[in-house]
Formats: sequence, C-alpha cells, structure tokens
Amino acid sequence: MTHDGDGAVVEYDMNVVRGFTLSALLWGTVGMLVGLLVALQLAWPELNMGPIHFGRLRPLHTNAVIFGFTLGAVFAGSYYGIQRLCRVRMFSDTLSRVNLWGWNAIIVAAAISLLMGKNSSKEYAELEWPIDLAITVVWVVYAVNVFGTLARRRERAMYAAIWFWVATILTIAMLHIVNNLELPVSAFKSYSLYAGVYDANIQWWYGHNAVGFLLTTPILGLMYYFLPKQIERPIYSHRLSILHFWSLIFVYIWAGPHHLIYSPLPDWAQTVGTAFSLMLILPSWGGMLNGLLTMSGAWDKVRTDPLLKMFAVGLTFYGMSTFEGPMMAIKTVNSLSHFTDWTIGHVHSGALGWVALTCFATLYYLVPRLWHTTLYSVRLANVHFWVATIGILLYVTPMWVSGVTQGLMWRAVEPDGSLTYSFIETVSAIRIYDVIRAAGGAVFISGLFVMLYNVFRTIQQGSAAVPTPAPVAPAATPASGRA
Amino acid sequence: MAYEKHRALETRWATFTTLTFLTVTIGGLVLIPPLFLQGAVEPLPTLRPYTALEQEGRDLYIREGCNNCHSQQVRPLKTETDRYGHYSLAGESAYDRPFLWGSRRTGPDLHRVGGKYPDSWHWLHLKDPRQLEARSNMPSFAFLTTTRLDTSLTRRRLEALRTLGHPYSDEEVANAESDALAEAAGIAAQLRSEGVELDDVEAHSEAIAVIAYLQSLGHAVKGMK
Repeated sequence: MTHDGDGAVVEYDMNVVRGFTLSALLWGTVGMLVGLLVALQLAWPELNMGPIHFGRLRPLHTNAVIFGFTLGAVFAGSYYGIQRLCRVRMFSDTLSRVNLWGWNAIIVAAAISLLMGKNSSKEYAELEWPIDLAITVVWVVYAVNVFGTLARRRERAMYAAIWFWVATILTIAMLHIVNNLELPVSAFKSYSLYAGVYDANIQWWYGHNAVGFLLTTPILGLMYYFLPKQIERPIYSHRLSILHFWSLIFVYIWAGPHHLIYSPLPDWAQTVGTAFSLMLILPSWGGMLNGLLTMSGAWDKVRTDPLLKMFAVGLTFYGMSTFEGPMMAIKTVNSLSHFTDWTIGHVHSGALGWVALTCFATLYYLVPRLWHTTLYSVRLANVHFWVATIGILLYVTPMWVSGVTQGLMWRAVEPDGSLTYSFIETVSAIRIYDVIRAAGGAVFISGLFVMLYNVFRTIQQGSAAVPTPAPVAPAATPASGRA
Repeated sequence: MAYEKHRALETRWATFTTLTFLTVTIGGLVLIPPLFLQGAVEPLPTLRPYTALEQEGRDLYIREGCNNCHSQQVRPLKTETDRYGHYSLAGESAYDRPFLWGSRRTGPDLHRVGGKYPDSWHWLHLKDPRQLEARSNMPSFAFLTTTRLDTSLTRRRLEALRTLGHPYSDEEVANAESDALAEAAGIAAQLRSEGVELDDVEAHSEAIAVIAYLQSLGHAVKGMK
C-alpha cells in the first residue's frame, strides 16, 4: 500500500510478487542442482542412471534456470516495479494469479515431460507443442496485464525499466510463436514446420534472441529499476537509456547466424550475423556504463552493501560477456571456439555473473519489503556475494581453458599434415576442467543455500499482512499529479 | 530535439509499444523470408527421405537428447574434413525436421558416421561405451537395447512428414509399420551374423532403430561419389 501523488491510497498487488519470488528461488535451486549433476556426469559418466542421463537432464537444467528461475525473478521484479512506476494496481488480479499459477504449472509440466524424453530438440525451445501452447496463453495473459496497467497508469511518463520489459514481452511472443510452429503427430510429438537450413536459421534467430530478450532486456529492466532504488540515486543518464535501448533491441535480432558460422547456412547470412554481433558491443556497453556510472560517486555505499556489490559485479560480467560474445562471432575465433567448452564458459559468465547476480540482488531487495521487515542478515548476504563470485570464477575459468585446449587439439596437425590427436584424446585432456567446473558450480550453489536460509529467516520474522498504516496528512494539491 | 520527441513518446504507451515491435521485427524480416525466397536449399539429387525405421531411430535420437553432445555439422575446415569426412551441405538436411546440427561436441560429430562402423560396434557401444573405449564419458544406453520399439505411431510419423513435403509414396506410408519391422529384422540378422546374441526383445529393440538411423547419416554425400 502506498500513496500516489494525489494523496489517494493505492493498494498494490503484492501476492503475485511474493509468489514469483518464492517460485524463482525454488526453480533456481532445482535448476542449479540439476546443472551440478550434469556437470558431474561429464566427469563421471557412471552417474548417468538409465534414462536419467545427460541428454535428458541438460535441457531440464537450462529450462529450469531460464524459465523457472530467471523469468520468475523477472515476473516478480516487473510486477513490483510496474505497479510503482505506473502508480496503479495491476490491471487485473485474476490475470496476475493466472500468470503465477499457470507459469509454475508450465515449469512442472516441462520438468516432467523433459525427463520423459518429450522434447523437440531445439535449444531453449525443447518443450513440446502442448506446453508451447500453454506458454503462449500465459504470456498473452502477462502482456494484457502489463499493457492494461500501462493504459491505466497515473504517472505520465514510462520510465526506462518499463521499456525493457515491454520489449521483452513483444519479442519473446514473436520468437516463441515463429520458432515453435510444428505439426503434431501425437500428444507429445511434433515435427517442425521448417526443415534443415531453414530450421537452423529460425532456431538461432530464436536461440540468440532468447539470450537477448530473456537474459538481457528483462534483466536490464531489473537493473534500471532496482539499482537506482537501492543506491538512492537516479540513473546516470536518461539520454543514454534512450540510445542504448533502441539500438540494443534493433541490433540484437540480426546477430543469430553467429551460431551457424561455417555451417551450410548461406554465407551472406553468416556475414550479417558477424557484422551485427560486432555492432552489439556498443548498445550492450551503453547499458553497462549507465549502470556502473549510476554507482560512481557512491562507491562508499557499494563497499558495504551486498546488493550493490551484486549489481556492480553483475554489470561487470555483463560487459565482459558482451565483449566476449562479439569476439566469438568473428569467423577466425569462432573456428576455434565453436563446439567447445568456451561457449559454455561464455554463457555462464553471462548467466551466473550477470543474470543470476542481478536476480539475486532483486530478490534480496524484494523479500524484506514483501514481508514488511528487514533482511535477516546483511552479513550472510555478503557471504553469498563472495561465495557466488568465487564460484563463478571457478566455473568460468576452467571452461575457457578447456575450450581453447580442445579447440587447439582438434586442429593440431603433424608436420606431414595428419591430425595429431584422436577425438578421445581431446576428451581426456579436458576431464580435469570438467571436475573443477563442477566444483565451481557447487560453490555457487552453496551461496544460493545461504540465501535460501537468509530469505527463510527474513520471512519468518516478517509478515505478508500489511502493517496498520500511520495516519497520513492529505496532499496539498489534490487535483493534479506530477507533470 | 530528438530528445524532446522521445520524452513525448514515453508518455504514449501504445505508440511506444508499436515502435518497439516494428524495431524488433526488422532483423528477422531480412534474415528469414529471403532465405526461403532464395530457394538455394534444394535437396541433393542423392538425398532420400528416411526409411520408416530410420525416422523412428531419429526420433529416439531426439528423445534421448543425443544432439546435446553430438553435432551433425562438419565445417569446411581441413582438420574437420580430415577427421570426419566431407563437410556438411545444405541440400543434405532437406528432410531433417528438426535440424540436428548441434552446438557442442562433447562427443565427436556424427554427420559422416554412417557406414563407418559395423552394426555390432554400435550395438556394443550403445550398451556400454566404456567397454569399447575406456576413456569415453558417454552415458550407457543399455536401456535402449532392452526396450521394445513402439511402432504404433510409425505410420502417423510418415503421414505427417509427407504433409510437410517429404516424398513418401502411398505404399511407403501404408506399409510404414511392416517396413520398419522388416528393416529391423534385417539389422538383427546382421548383428547375429557379426556374433551378437539377441533375445526376442533385443531383436525388436529401440537400439536397432537408432543403429538404422546412425548408419543412414551422410548417405546423400556418399551417393554423390
């Protein structure tokens, strides 16, 4: 509950935010534990248990952390932020509830069906057609709820965080529908409407932009709302927000073919992909700089506040991985990095460093406010920050080394031109890095467990019920809102 | 100037939303429809659609997520073609729904694996990869050798693919199930002749279909030579 500029009382719907906060933590735990298991299976194949093997579990890991954890945090953060930025309650409580329960039912269905081997094989779009349909419905529910709220808002201008969430809603709808057009054969089996090269082209238009519009724009939305809130300073530059928003969403879409370099995709498309990937550095760094410069001048706060540390390191990883990505899109580099663990390292420096840390900071911000109390332990949040950061480094570094090692071994030739290494020798050579990476993942997850304990104790000491409000003086000018 | 205009745009949600949508559609409009219009991806003359059993095997390959560790995309680099064989061609995958090029080689590329090893090698390798290669980190797929292949959908699979343009004849669709069983019997006979002992379930198992699929990979390029 809060008071708008007119002195009227606005009661925000926090149930949906609480629901998504908890479900994000639940799926984050599940998804990361499955991630640890698949990492261990690579080093110790005996850990594959019949049908519960790497091939079926890897999509479960990616789906749980992307759609369960990350999007859960995005739903929570956007439902919280949009109501405040618009100074109205969400358009419809019913739609919010359908969004919350529908989405979580989808994640449960995803987990079960993936374990059963029901999948379409397309990366980050593995779910079969009935679940694709359900996702479409729930996504439209979210869209109607958000646009309904924007239409009824009482704040004149829409702040930058909203732009990024709007772009997410529209783009994901477009990508999801086009990439998942398929002809059903049975209840959980279908064939893609596209074949071969066409299918690859559309899948990576989707796949790359799933990174762009599930792991980048909505997370930038969280950064734009929660970082200024936490540091109590306005965003560094509104002009920079405008510039990097439009250029980011325009350029991102073109870069998909960098996943298909040296593939049978026509050369012109590969070149377009590389060119736009290189351009992508600028708008990406625009976002990073706008975040980091918001903190400049208040580094004393960053030193002591674990949430700000998470934002700062998150933005730094964002900058690093959005530099690394374009480098990997250059043909020469890609010929070495493609098909190796370098890609896995790159993805996780973004996913753990940027996405997870920003989501953690958002959830740490939300939990005490949602349960009307203070965080149980700032010290434990600090511990979480350090443990997570060490875990990320311990994860990403061996993946870089592994990727470069294997890439070099694949191309190594003897003086007579024959290949130096058999494939299996390149598998043995990187086993040690698989082990270190699993250790890094375990460290990262132990940080999450510290967070779960902290959140649990915070909720225990707080209450979801709104405390009785103190009487509020009526506003001086009841008629007009802020211009 | 532009800055003031944008300030005004920030107050109009419907216009803002429309402009955002237009902005994110452009890249896709340039990259996707022209590829279809280009018409450059004709099936190779040597390419045939998968047999009923191979298609069953392909769908099992997808079910088990083999594509998470094996690419089917040999790049036109000398060290790649030395290791695997002819680089992948666009016209090879015209009947691949979905495409299975992969993105990570935890195991080797499989686009040229057809005919590289005898059926019995695949059988033993699926059952226990480390029996053949102690350093392998591939999961054991022994359960595929002990699960009977379900052919109740075989015909529907071919029907659906024919709807999407794969050139199956009426007979191939009508006889899909019996064709699949006959091809499986042939592979089982081959396995036995190579010294593998099979009981009734094993001789009709999912692993047989997977072997049929793996042995078909790269057939179009082999046919060109």
